[in-house]
Amino acid sequence: MEKRVKFKGILLPLLLVLPQLLVTAVFFFYPAGQAIWQSLFIPDPFGLSMRYVGLGNFEFLLSDPYYRASFVTTAVFSLLVTLVSMGVALYLAVLADRLIKGSGTYRTLLIWPYAVAPAVAGVLWLFMFNTRVGVVTWYLGLLGYDWNHVLNESEAMGLVVIASAWGRISYNFLFFLAGLQAIPRSVIEAAAIDGAHFWTRFRTIVFPLLSPTTFFLLVVNIVYAFFETFGVIHTITSGGPQQATTTLVYKVFADGFVGQDLGSSAAQSVILLVVVGALTIVQFKFIERRVHY
Amino acid sequence: MTAPQTSPAARRRPPPDGMVERRGRAYWLTHLGLIIGVAFIFFPIWLAFVASTVSQPEIVRPPMPLLPGDQFFANYREALFSGINAPVALMLLNSGIMAIGIAVGKIVISLLSAFAIVYFNFPLRRLFFWLIFLTLMLPVEVRIVPTYEVAANFGMLNSYSGLIFPLIASATATFLFRQFFMTVPDELAEAARVDGAKPMRFFWDILLPMSRTNIAALFVILFIYGWNQYLWPLLITTDPSMNTIVMGIKQMFPSGDDTANWPVIMATSILAMIPPVIVVISMQRLFIRGLVDSEK
Repeated sequence: MEKRVKFKGILLPLLLVLPQLLVTAVFFFYPAGQAIWQSLFIPDPFGLSMRYVGLGNFEFLLSDPYYRASFVTTAVFSLLVTLVSMGVALYLAVLADRLIKGSGTYRTLLIWPYAVAPAVAGVLWLFMFNTRVGVVTWYLGLLGYDWNHVLNESEAMGLVVIASAWGRISYNFLFFLAGLQAIPRSVIEAAAIDGAHFWTRFRTIVFPLLSPTTFFLLVVNIVYAFFETFGVIHTITSGGPQQATTTLVYKVFADGFVGQDLGSSAAQSVILLVVVGALTIVQFKFIERRVHY
Repeated sequence: MTAPQTSPAARRRPPPDGMVERRGRAYWLTHLGLIIGVAFIFFPIWLAFVASTVSQPEIVRPPMPLLPGDQFFANYREALFSGINAPVALMLLNSGIMAIGIAVGKIVISLLSAFAIVYFNFPLRRLFFWLIFLTLMLPVEVRIVPTYEVAANFGMLNSYSGLIFPLIASATATFLFRQFFMTVPDELAEAARVDGAKPMRFFWDILLPMSRTNIAALFVILFIYGWNQYLWPLLITTDPSMNTIVMGIKQMFPSGDDTANWPVIMATSILAMIPPVIVVISMQRLFIRGLVDSEK
C-alpha cells in the first residue's frame, strides 16, 4: 500500500527518520551485532584478551545439561502460564458474556491487574506463600501440607507459574470477551432452537468461532511468558531451587551478569534471537490469516 | 443466549426483559462464578494492603490478620520518606520520569519516522523501513549484556537517559502510526500541497490533531510498559537513589536470614501499583483501544 500524494524533498525525510535510526542503531543493531561477535570468543580468566573459538560456545551450550534443562524449564513454564491464564480468562469471559447487564462492571474489576508489574506480582505471591509468614502457607500447614517452595522444585515452579499467570488474566479476559461479543447472536440462538444445550453450543459453535482470538492469544502469551516474566522469577525464586525455575532469559542474566561468563551469555542471546525470530514469523503468518477471516 | 420458551403459555407472555427466564439458579451461578474470579484476582492485593496497615509483630506471628490494622499512616510515612535503601517517594519520582520519558520519547520518534516513511519518497526508504521493522519484537532482555556495555560506555549508568533511551528503540509505535497515516484521506495532503503548505505545517496542523486519540491510547500502554520495567533498571541503576520503585522492592529484602520489614515492603508494593492502575481505570477506553491497536 502506498500513498498517491507525496511531498517532495530528500533532506527533510532523512532528518525525520534520523532520531529513530540513531536510537535503533546504537541500542539495537550495535548490541545485537556485538552479541553475535562475542558469541564466537572466550575471554581469558583475567578478562584481558579474547580467544576465538568459532562455534565452540554453541557446541558447549548445546551439550551443557544445565542449558538443555533450562530449555525444558522454559517450555514447561511458558505452556503452563499460557494454559492457566487463558483457561481462567476464557472461563470468566464466557460467564461475563452470559450477562446482559453488568459485564462492563466485571470488566472494570478484572482488567486493572494488567497494570501490576510482574515483579510486584511476584512480591505479592511470595508474601502469601512465604515459608515463615505466608498466610496460605500457614493455612496449608493446618491442612497438614508442608509448603516449601524454597526447597521443593515443583512447588517453586507452581508458584512462579501462578504469579505470572495471575497478572495476565486481565489481558486474555479482555480479548476473549471482545471475541465472544463479536459472535453473532443469531447463530447461537439458531443452535438453541435446535435444542443444543450450553455446553454443546460452546463446544461446536462458540469455541470454533473464537479460534482466531485463541490462536492470537496463544502466541502473545508464549512471548510474554518467555520474556516478560523475568521479574516474577527474580523476585520469587531467583531461578532456584537447583535451577528448577531458570528460564532461558533468566540464564542469560545469571551467566552474563552474575557469572560473568560473557561468551556463553552472548551465545545464549544469539540462540534467543533465533527463537524470537521464529516466534515473530509465526505471529506474522497468523496476522495475515486473521485479516482473511 | 437463552433457549426460547416454546410452550404456548410462555409465548403469550410479554417479551422477556433480558434474561428474565434465567433469573433462576443459572443466573446467580453466573454471578457467583464471576465473583469468585474477581476474588481470586483481588485476594493478593487485599493481603498486601492489610499487611501495609499492621505492625511487623502481627505479621511475623502467623497467621496475619485479614482485616486492616491501625498502622496505615506510620507504615506509609516510613516507606515514603525513609524507605529501606532510599525513600520510596524518590523511587516513585524516578519511575515517573522513566515511564513518561519512554512514552513521550517513543511517540515522538515514531511519529516523525512514520510521517517520513508514509509521506515521502526518499532514497533508501525501503531499507529504513525494514531496519526499523527488524526491531519489532526483540525485547531488551535478549541483548542485555552488550546493551549494558553500550550504556556504560556512554556514561549512562545511574542516569535517566540510561533508563530511557535503550528502551525506546522499538518499532511497535512506528507501525501503529504508519498504519494510521495510511488511512488518512489523500485529499488532505493534496489540499495542503495545493495551498502551498510545507510538509511540516501539514504534519503539525492536520496530521497531529487527527492522531490525537491514537497518541493518547499509545501513551497509556507505553506508560505502563515503562513503569513496569524491571530487568533494565536493575542493571543500569546501582545507586539506590536512582532505583525505580518496581525494581527497588526486591532490593528491600534483606540478604541472609534476617526477617524482611514486611509492612514497609508491602506499602511500597501498593504504592508501586497505584499510578499505573489509576491510568488503566481512569482511561479504560483509551487503554483498551491501545491494547487492541498495538496488537494489530
